[in-house]
Amino acid sequence: MEIEKRVVELTDRLNYIKDIFGGRENANIALMQARLSEFAAREADAAPGEKAQMVRQIEDLYEFLEKKLDEELVPMDMVRIVRHPGRVSLKDILENVYDNYTEIGGQDEYSIDPSMLIARAYITRRRGDKVINQPVMVIGQEKGHGQEFRNGGSVKPWGNAKALQYMKVAETERIPIHTYVFTPGAFPVEDFPGAAQQIARNLYEMAGLRVPIVSVISEGGSGGAEAIGLSDMRLMFSRGYYSVISPEGAAAIEAGIRQGQRVVPELIAECARRLNITAADNLRMGYIDKVLEEPPLGARPHHYDFFKNLRQEVIRATDQVVLGSAGFKLFRALVASRRKDGDAESMFVRWTLDDAAADRLVWRRYCKYRRMGETAYRDGRPSGARFVSRAQSLLWSGYSFIRYDFLGKYTKNLAKTAGDLEAELRLVVDRLTAPLRRGRDKNAPVTCDPEKSRMLTELSQPEQGACLEDFGWRYVSPKAAEDRAVSCPEAKTYGCPDLWAPDLYGDFAGVCVNCGHHFPMEYQWVMGNVFDPESVVEFDGDIEAGNPLNYPGFEEKLEAAKKKTGRKSGCVTFEAKIEGVKIACAVLYSAFRGGSVGAAEGEKFIRALAMARRRHFPFLAYVHGTAGIRIQESLNGLIQMPRVTMAVRRYIEAGGLYLVLYDTNSYAGPVASFLGCSPYQFAVRSANIGFAGPGVIKETTGIDIPPDYHRAHNALARGHIQGIWDRREIRKNLKQVLLTIGGRNLYYR
Amino acid sequence: MIDVKALLETIKAAPYEEIVVTAPHTGVVTFAGVESGTRVVGASGVYDEKPGTLLARLNRENNEKSLFSEVKGVVGKVHRELEGKFVEAGQPLMVIRHFLSKDEVIAAILQKVLYLFCAPERAKYYFIPSVDKKVKASGPRSVTVKPGMELFIVSRMKRERPLVYEGPEGIIYAVYFQHDQNVDQGAPLVGVCPGSQTDLIQDVVNRVRTDWEEAE
Repeated sequence: MEIEKRVVELTDRLNYIKDIFGGRENANIALMQARLSEFAAREADAAPGEKAQMVRQIEDLYEFLEKKLDEELVPMDMVRIVRHPGRVSLKDILENVYDNYTEIGGQDEYSIDPSMLIARAYITRRRGDKVINQPVMVIGQEKGHGQEFRNGGSVKPWGNAKALQYMKVAETERIPIHTYVFTPGAFPVEDFPGAAQQIARNLYEMAGLRVPIVSVISEGGSGGAEAIGLSDMRLMFSRGYYSVISPEGAAAIEAGIRQGQRVVPELIAECARRLNITAADNLRMGYIDKVLEEPPLGARPHHYDFFKNLRQEVIRATDQVVLGSAGFKLFRALVASRRKDGDAESMFVRWTLDDAAADRLVWRRYCKYRRMGETAYRDGRPSGARFVSRAQSLLWSGYSFIRYDFLGKYTKNLAKTAGDLEAELRLVVDRLTAPLRRGRDKNAPVTCDPEKSRMLTELSQPEQGACLEDFGWRYVSPKAAEDRAVSCPEAKTYGCPDLWAPDLYGDFAGVCVNCGHHFPMEYQWVMGNVFDPESVVEFDGDIEAGNPLNYPGFEEKLEAAKKKTGRKSGCVTFEAKIEGVKIACAVLYSAFRGGSVGAAEGEKFIRALAMARRRHFPFLAYVHGTAGIRIQESLNGLIQMPRVTMAVRRYIEAGGLYLVLYDTNSYAGPVASFLGCSPYQFAVRSANIGFAGPGVIKETTGIDIPPDYHRAHNALARGHIQGIWDRREIRKNLKQVLLTIGGRNLYYR
Repeated sequence: MIDVKALLETIKAAPYEEIVVTAPHTGVVTFAGVESGTRVVGASGVYDEKPGTLLARLNRENNEKSLFSEVKGVVGKVHRELEGKFVEAGQPLMVIRHFLSKDEVIAAILQKVLYLFCAPERAKYYFIPSVDKKVKASGPRSVTVKPGMELFIVSRMKRERPLVYEGPEGIIYAVYFQHDQNVDQGAPLVGVCPGSQTDLIQDVVNRVRTDWEEAE
């Protein structure tokens, strides 16, 4: 009986190996198969003792060959490992790493989203003779071992909202958060709270959480991973992957295939390699802090040593984070960073932080992410120019501190006292002069300047130019130079007549005069017509998009984009004025690689935010179009999601007004992070806003979405954006927003 | 009274509809590789988001517009002589022979023989309690309606008022609304036919359902 059991185990091990090698020919696997078949053939005639010996020999062989096969793993094999139903899941970790836990808000399929698992757990530690239970909030995606209702760990927006809710609970309770990332990506539906918008909200809140966060990544699929992955210490399983897109998705884009067609497996494997998705790659690039070694061919629930090691590592990581910010630590911080494997529990560290330590923690988190990916873009400026720019920044910081923080505080107090005194005085004077006012005739006619009165009461005359319409666009699209007619896509519904291109793209600003449909225009239209004339001053133009992973063929594509647009990246940053109000602006425009965001674009965005913060400018993110994160940069692009969101949070917390205006098509990563986190998001009419395009939604969820699914009006109806503007009224509306939302200084709290 | 059987025979004699594709506006026509006998399809997809077969292109003022087939069928005559020529709006370009499906045949018959009583405004509609009881117990065909009879309750924004039936006397053959859903203005509520024809109509509909062969 025992031998049969062991043979079944061996068969399972062999099947697992075959699964993760994806049917690839391999001499070692063939040998393993042969030895098992040989045993099956000889089993009937062998004596029990002989059988046991044969099984032992095969087991030894399997152990040896598994180690050998482990060295042969290619990135695509690791993708298959993390997707295998036999892979460790969060429940296994809760059972084996923590001493006790209570699952919150879910019992298998009875949960708002069974793919998001939340538990209050504790780890028991000793301090001398005392036993102390240290509570943690464990949050992570649960794939289940083949449980269909878990949706493979693909979390719906409401699952991420639940995760955020309990992160805030952990903050209130001042307990650390351990997040476990087991997701192929977020479930791309727009229903409230919306896939993109909820991830953005999570990132924004996590950026400022005042408790230690430790994340452990097994399967880090793009935005879904970021929703809970922003942390102070990022650990990764050695056989896990962390990527901006699934290898299948990258291969589909690379091959340029349409929905429903299949990509050849070789290209998928090649894309997995090119994307640098393994733990070793991510450690090299600096996007994770440590790799946790797994048993050969990946951890499965029976690998108890792995769980023991994981327990030590999460304790050590939490200790390090706490001691890094804690005030009183003496030797413990030094010891915590040097502790060898296995003795994490030899020293006690309290996991609660006081207010000052929590401030330091949040600041260190910001600095950690700010440093990431700094070598992934090209800075073409000579060192002298860089020095001058840095010096300028410092000067502005100093000026800002003196003017707003130091003098500003006293001026404000003085003004407040003066205001109060004035109000008191007015009241006294008002009361004293009341008897004099009583004698006045309230109905006496008001005298008015006769010229002004005539102008206000008489009708306008044509000779005064009242009937001449002056569109007055300073920038006119080159499309207006074509002599052709253009059909409105809504013509079938509203019966719109064809429009002559010079009228449409010139005078009408790309807006159908019949139905108001907005045709896409160049980003230069907004730059040229919204801001005051000659007020646009660009900066950081030398920061250049690069090819940090040497992605084959991408260098040429980048060069072509640079040549086509005459710019070095997909982001333009500048300061400008709107009716005299100074404003900082970052534009993501679609002409440069679809408006995708990579390291250069992220860096420019962050620098523009920093400039706006230093100079107390309001900030406008004008998203002419963005297709998402630039996949050829892989993690260098993906990390811009938390990175820029943290910069946005820093700006908003310093008192800035952060506005987002979407035009044409805005999708994926940027919307799910630094754009979606803005409390004031507006869209130009006919814009499309969403997380994933229709093709990806169909492929991932199997749902056919209506053609107007991503339209701005639907985004407004779902509560994702705050208003829709006519293109011709952007300037007027921006001024209005600055007046009403910007507060008494027009732009800055 | 309409002879339902004769109507069916007429449809059987020509089980298709000939749709003349005309130029929607002036322009120069370029036909898109469709010949007489080519099979074409109409718009498809859950939301009709995938256009049908490309039939021709029409260029006016350098604005090229595509003409897609809106129905499934076989192309009959193509006015090839217009290739590359300027045409006026409404000029026939080709003919598509669309073979009727079972549902279309039934709809055509019912349209001829039933009187459709339509919703006067967008609202939720219910039968009055006495009619509702009858419909639930013995089906709609047990209800005979007369002009001036109070038949529906119109419910809009929690306010209810009665609606009087106007039309020929007969029995309710079909009900097109659901009690908890809004009905658009002008959408049919019930189809009424003379009591004597009910069995005949049902018989013909059944025959169409079982015997009608849908041509490709």
